[in-house]
Amino acid sequence: MSDRPKMMQRAAFGNALLDLGEKYPKLVVLDADISSSLYTSQFAKRFPERHINFGVAEQNMVIGAAGLATTGLIPLACTYATFATMRACEQIRSFICYAKLNVKIVCSHGGIEVGWDGPTHQATEDVAIMRAMPNMTVVVPADAVGTAALIRQVVDHTGPLYFRMGRNPTPLIYDRNQEFALGKAVQIREGRDVTLVAMGVMVSVALDAAELLAQRGVQARLLDMHTVKPLDGEALLSAAKDTCLIVTLEDHNVIGGLGAAVAEYVSANRPVPVLRIGVPDVFAESGEPSLLFHKYAMDAGSIATRVEKAFKEWSCADQTVVEPNHLSIGDE
Amino acid sequence: MTRTRRLIMEYDPHLLATLRSTANQIRQESIRMIAAAGSGHPGGALSEADLLAALYFHVLKIDPQNPQWPDRDRFILSKGHACAGLYAALALRGYFPLEILATFRSFGSILQGHPDMTKTPGVDMTTGPLGNGLGAGAGMALGGRITGRSFRVFVLIGDGDAQEGCTWEASMLAGFHKLANLICLYDYNHSQVDGPTYEILSVDPVVEKWRSFNWAVREIDGHDMAQILDALSWAVEHQDSPALIVAKTLKGKGVSFMEDQAAWHGKAPNKEQAEQALRELMREDLP
Repeated sequence: MSDRPKMMQRAAFGNALLDLGEKYPKLVVLDADISSSLYTSQFAKRFPERHINFGVAEQNMVIGAAGLATTGLIPLACTYATFATMRACEQIRSFICYAKLNVKIVCSHGGIEVGWDGPTHQATEDVAIMRAMPNMTVVVPADAVGTAALIRQVVDHTGPLYFRMGRNPTPLIYDRNQEFALGKAVQIREGRDVTLVAMGVMVSVALDAAELLAQRGVQARLLDMHTVKPLDGEALLSAAKDTCLIVTLEDHNVIGGLGAAVAEYVSANRPVPVLRIGVPDVFAESGEPSLLFHKYAMDAGSIATRVEKAFKEWSCADQTVVEPNHLSIGDE
Repeated sequence: MTRTRRLIMEYDPHLLATLRSTANQIRQESIRMIAAAGSGHPGGALSEADLLAALYFHVLKIDPQNPQWPDRDRFILSKGHACAGLYAALALRGYFPLEILATFRSFGSILQGHPDMTKTPGVDMTTGPLGNGLGAGAGMALGGRITGRSFRVFVLIGDGDAQEGCTWEASMLAGFHKLANLICLYDYNHSQVDGPTYEILSVDPVVEKWRSFNWAVREIDGHDMAQILDALSWAVEHQDSPALIVAKTLKGKGVSFMEDQAAWHGKAPNKEQAEQALRELMREDLP
């Protein structure tokens, strides 16, 4: 679909860590046996005294991170999203969020974009789980540039934080001069018909979908909501005022994640229809990610079709009541 | 395996008597707190009291006026439900006024139902869900090593902690990294909510288990103050590995009708029961 060059978020993260290790003497990196996969092995080589490999023991890594944080260090606990957010869920909740400790949970393998490894390794609930924890900040960068820029702010931020990356090389969206701020969405494209609010790898897909929509006469604004918690309410309010439909796009279950967060926000502040595009509350399967995205109507072509249809139903000129099931889960 | 019997060091009888009396005060305050709150966990608070007295009044390098002192020794009550004993020890040691103990578990109190490090001065780690204290302690011990600080980390665990898998993940890590600045005390009272451990899930053989995880282990009577002090000084001096003190204790120690009764794990005494418990403890406290 996109012909933009691709780069792995994990690799950008690993490279950024080398600079961060110099800049922050209190930064410590923790792994659970997959430092080669998280690209933290470079940090381990450069700063061996500040790297601890806990072995395959994610709960122990996360509770250990809590202990390390009490000594003034800044631990990044790194593993796959399923393992951190579910196996070590209680450690994150009761010992990091409740205790307000300065621990960053840094994960790759968020979403069905993981593909071949199958549902056990495809995190589709992680954002929902992390978002439901008080004191937690949730950050989902869209590409390698965003990853490198945001991880710097993450280390600078004090408090519990969840950082979610994908598995595969993703198309580059940003140039290196792009500015990012935690909690502030990036508007990638202007449009006055609908607003696409996307996170992570879906930002690139949404950009492709927006171009398809433009060809069909629908002008889509695109927001990269890289900070899912706290949401950029200002950007959402503008979207709700300027466009008559908000579409959320996430490589995550449509329950509990970005779509839920956006729907919660606009329903309380300026109600507009919200179409949630994502994994339709199912476990996916192994396979080529593009085939999985197509199966669940999360590819650019399917998204353009779904958004165009919803836009016609909800266009601002037409305020007639529409059957609510048009916006329900698995509406394709 | 042959076990050499170590000679218990001679301790000043006055010191031992004072610490025993402090342990008794911790027990009395625990009973008062739990009775006033109408809920709480007396069994474990009574069984750990001697260990807490030895730690807070003889071993720990701490400054109650400066609870966040970076070089302080750390203490983690992994069996967080037994926090009445910890709060009593902290108040008696001067972290906050004794009167605050009466607010235990009540709305607006700094003394939560399970320890909260953000609310209670002197609490070094939030705990409650069992099996996590040793991992947090290992993290602190690693933190001490990385930051070049010489504090020691003491973690008190119970039978429930020993049944949780996380305790063994942490034990493996601490043994592997030879965390000599980590000392674990096991309040080994063989009693849990549903009954005796030997009927539910025995942790035995405890000593062999931890030795196979590369820990140094000593067994003591957890109500004998001289043995407690001797074991703690052994553990502090031991430099090649983390050390575990298996303190054989009695749940509900010091109150006849609570002793070794699993039913008193998480039940508050009523007014009459509390009065009887306090009478027994005060009698014990007489010289």
